[in-house]
Amino acid sequence: MNRLLGIFLVFAPLSLMSFGGGQAIIADMQHQVVDVQHWMTGPQFADIFALSRAAPGPSTLIAALIGWQVAGFVGAVVGTLAIYVPSSLVVYAAVRWWHATKESPLRTALERGLMPVAVGLVFAGALAVLQAAHVNALQIFTTVVATGLLISTRIGVYTIMAVSALAFGILQII
Amino acid sequence: MDPEPGLADRRIPLLELMGVFFRVGITSFGGSTAAWLYRELVERRKWMDDDHFVTALTLAQVLPGANPVNLSIYVGSQLRGGIGGLAAVVGMVGPPFVVLLFLGFLYRQYGNSAVAHAVLAGLAAVGVGMSLSIGVKLARKIRRPVPILVGMALFTTVGVMHLSMIPVVLILAPFSVGYEWYAARNSEPE
Repeated sequence: MNRLLGIFLVFAPLSLMSFGGGQAIIADMQHQVVDVQHWMTGPQFADIFALSRAAPGPSTLIAALIGWQVAGFVGAVVGTLAIYVPSSLVVYAAVRWWHATKESPLRTALERGLMPVAVGLVFAGALAVLQAAHVNALQIFTTVVATGLLISTRIGVYTIMAVSALAFGILQII
Repeated sequence: MDPEPGLADRRIPLLELMGVFFRVGITSFGGSTAAWLYRELVERRKWMDDDHFVTALTLAQVLPGANPVNLSIYVGSQLRGGIGGLAAVVGMVGPPFVVLLFLGFLYRQYGNSAVAHAVLAGLAAVGVGMSLSIGVKLARKIRRPVPILVGMALFTTVGVMHLSMIPVVLILAPFSVGYEWYAARNSEPE
């Protein structure tokens, strides 16, 4: 029980501090998990961080792996809830407020004005993934080719993913 | 919630809503959740228009919390209220949760597998391509000079110069919204 409470007390405050997304709190999380709580070593943390980046979905799901390490499956569930529920309540309140404002000139201006901000952030986010230390030339090449195919052809993204996964796997084996 | 312009006018079944987020959750490698959701919600199913999606995307990125989770809550609750937000989040987080624990299990049993790592890297590379292609599609819709400058300024400061995202957004977003406010007032009243 104490362990579960410990997991909750580490992740719930981080949840509310993750302005701008999960990457904002990874350093704090590592400090808490490795230096303060001694749940795992630095290299272990680095390994599971790589795993959580490689898997689909949000990279903050690393909280599930940490919870699992500390207190088994229940720990994984508690870690996941603690990292997502507090921030989710804030977002839900924001949506409710947004919906209550209805159509107005202010809302139209907000929607139009936020468009270029969102587009800039999409490109910045993609660049951040491409600049991660472990990315090699083959991955960048694949990204460029995939982008081109997705924009200018009707080839399905599942096909492209299957071909890429297969090619990377085979190149690793030979 | 009442139907609203730009949102689907039919009541979307909760299971269908959850199913879409489930599929996106399991395929969104390389941080491409937003791109997958755009494809599914705006392009294929037309559950919401560009304006709604882009507003959701910006707020999801600025508010605390993981962007895919925030986007799920936002979109889910716009379409079906609080229960819709919950269904969307469970659909979005459930599959990666299972995949990640499975990968964690393999990692503990067998250590790092070079082949598994390579396959995931290949999937992530396509995921980034997915994000870029959606970025290009959205960017094509921005045609006036001031919004183009805002988008480029954001990419340059946050993406290239690695400035902290929140202060940049806190400066550029009010500027951009204020510009649209005045542009609308000074054009013909509708």
